[in-house]
Amino acid sequence: MSESNAPAIASPVEYIQHHLQNMTLNGERPNNLVDFSVFFIDTFVVSLVLASIFAFASWRVSKNIDADKPTGMQNVLETVVEFVNQQVQDIFPGADKWIGPLAITIFVWVLFMNAMDFLPVDLLPSLVGGVASIFGYDPHHVYFKAVPTTNLDTTFALALLVFGLIIFYNIKNKGLIGYIKVFLFHPFGKWLMPVNIVMTTIEEVAKPVSLGLRLFGNMFAGELLFLLIALLAFSVWAMPAQIALGTLWGIFHMLVVPLQAFIFMLLTIVYLGLASQGVDEH
Amino acid sequence: MNVTATLIGQLIVFSVLIWFVKAVLWEPIINTLEDRKKRIADGLAASEKGMKEQELAEQRATDLIKQAKVEVAEIVSQAKARDTQMVQEAKDKAVEEADRVKAGAQAEIDQEVNRAKDSLRSKVSELAVAGASKILGKEVDANTHKSALKDLIEQI
Repeated sequence: MSESNAPAIASPVEYIQHHLQNMTLNGERPNNLVDFSVFFIDTFVVSLVLASIFAFASWRVSKNIDADKPTGMQNVLETVVEFVNQQVQDIFPGADKWIGPLAITIFVWVLFMNAMDFLPVDLLPSLVGGVASIFGYDPHHVYFKAVPTTNLDTTFALALLVFGLIIFYNIKNKGLIGYIKVFLFHPFGKWLMPVNIVMTTIEEVAKPVSLGLRLFGNMFAGELLFLLIALLAFSVWAMPAQIALGTLWGIFHMLVVPLQAFIFMLLTIVYLGLASQGVDEH
Repeated sequence: MNVTATLIGQLIVFSVLIWFVKAVLWEPIINTLEDRKKRIADGLAASEKGMKEQELAEQRATDLIKQAKVEVAEIVSQAKARDTQMVQEAKDKAVEEADRVKAGAQAEIDQEVNRAKDSLRSKVSELAVAGASKILGKEVDANTHKSALKDLIEQI
């Protein structure tokens, strides 16, 4: 625990609320659930940096790609590409050429963003607070939320793009008429048309919502638990408990982080696979 | 826990990242993997083919060696036969030559003997005539007693 957080620990509620605040442009707080006048810098910058790391590694590897003597990062990325490609081929044979890149981007980027959870909860906030205090800001009013996937914006950005692609592939493979017919005659046949429309709409909308909320919920809960464990630092006597619980939750989280990235990727492939079926196969 | 303008930023980052990953990571690596798979398959097929060819070559080599051995044996036996034949021929030739030389020598000897006999005969007839003239005290004309001398010469 750094000294700058010592007062926050004194009031646990404030400590946790402080950690759950995003750094925003202009220092504004969102007023409604959906407020497009606010922009979260921390989420955007962290995810952009992580995306850049992935993009840079990919670029370096592809520049020196060698089929005969794969080395270092090429081996790693080959393994990941092969793994993702295997999933795509298993679920969705004859996939469109964009499915693989989409799947691997989701998997790696989400994995990276989730993995930010492994950094100690106070590390980046304290660092940013420290840097901000050099420039004359009050560190207690500088907020930084390091894990981009604990933010609805990130998870719904991913989910909405997938949703858009679901609609795109549906229309591409079934035709607009065919896609509308799915809404009209599925799942109960033509005599229950109104029910069908409601059912299919719910089914379709539930896909992006569940994708976005599942990832957000898992990561947010994980982060919150880390914060609660960090609160145990109120006394030296609680330290062993803090270390034990932190270790346990960290180990458990090592399962959750890749699992959530994998689930997001897998469901994306499954949804797009369903969307790419013809009318008759539905 | 709000949806904000960050959503749009994240959408843009996500879209660009997908495009970038497709161009820079996915396609090169998939191509490399395909290429490698094909090359390994080709290499295995080639090695199998090579093995088969080697087997065939070994078979052929063995056959050739066998054939060569048979031929060598034949040649050796032929050479041996020819050798004996040549020795025999040489022997025969030598014997023939020796016979010829011997015959020549014999002929010469006979000729010499005859010549000696002839000269002896003429000498004997001369001697006989000379002896007879001495005995008779008068000259004996050889021509008159030609037939008697001839008989004498014949008897020698």
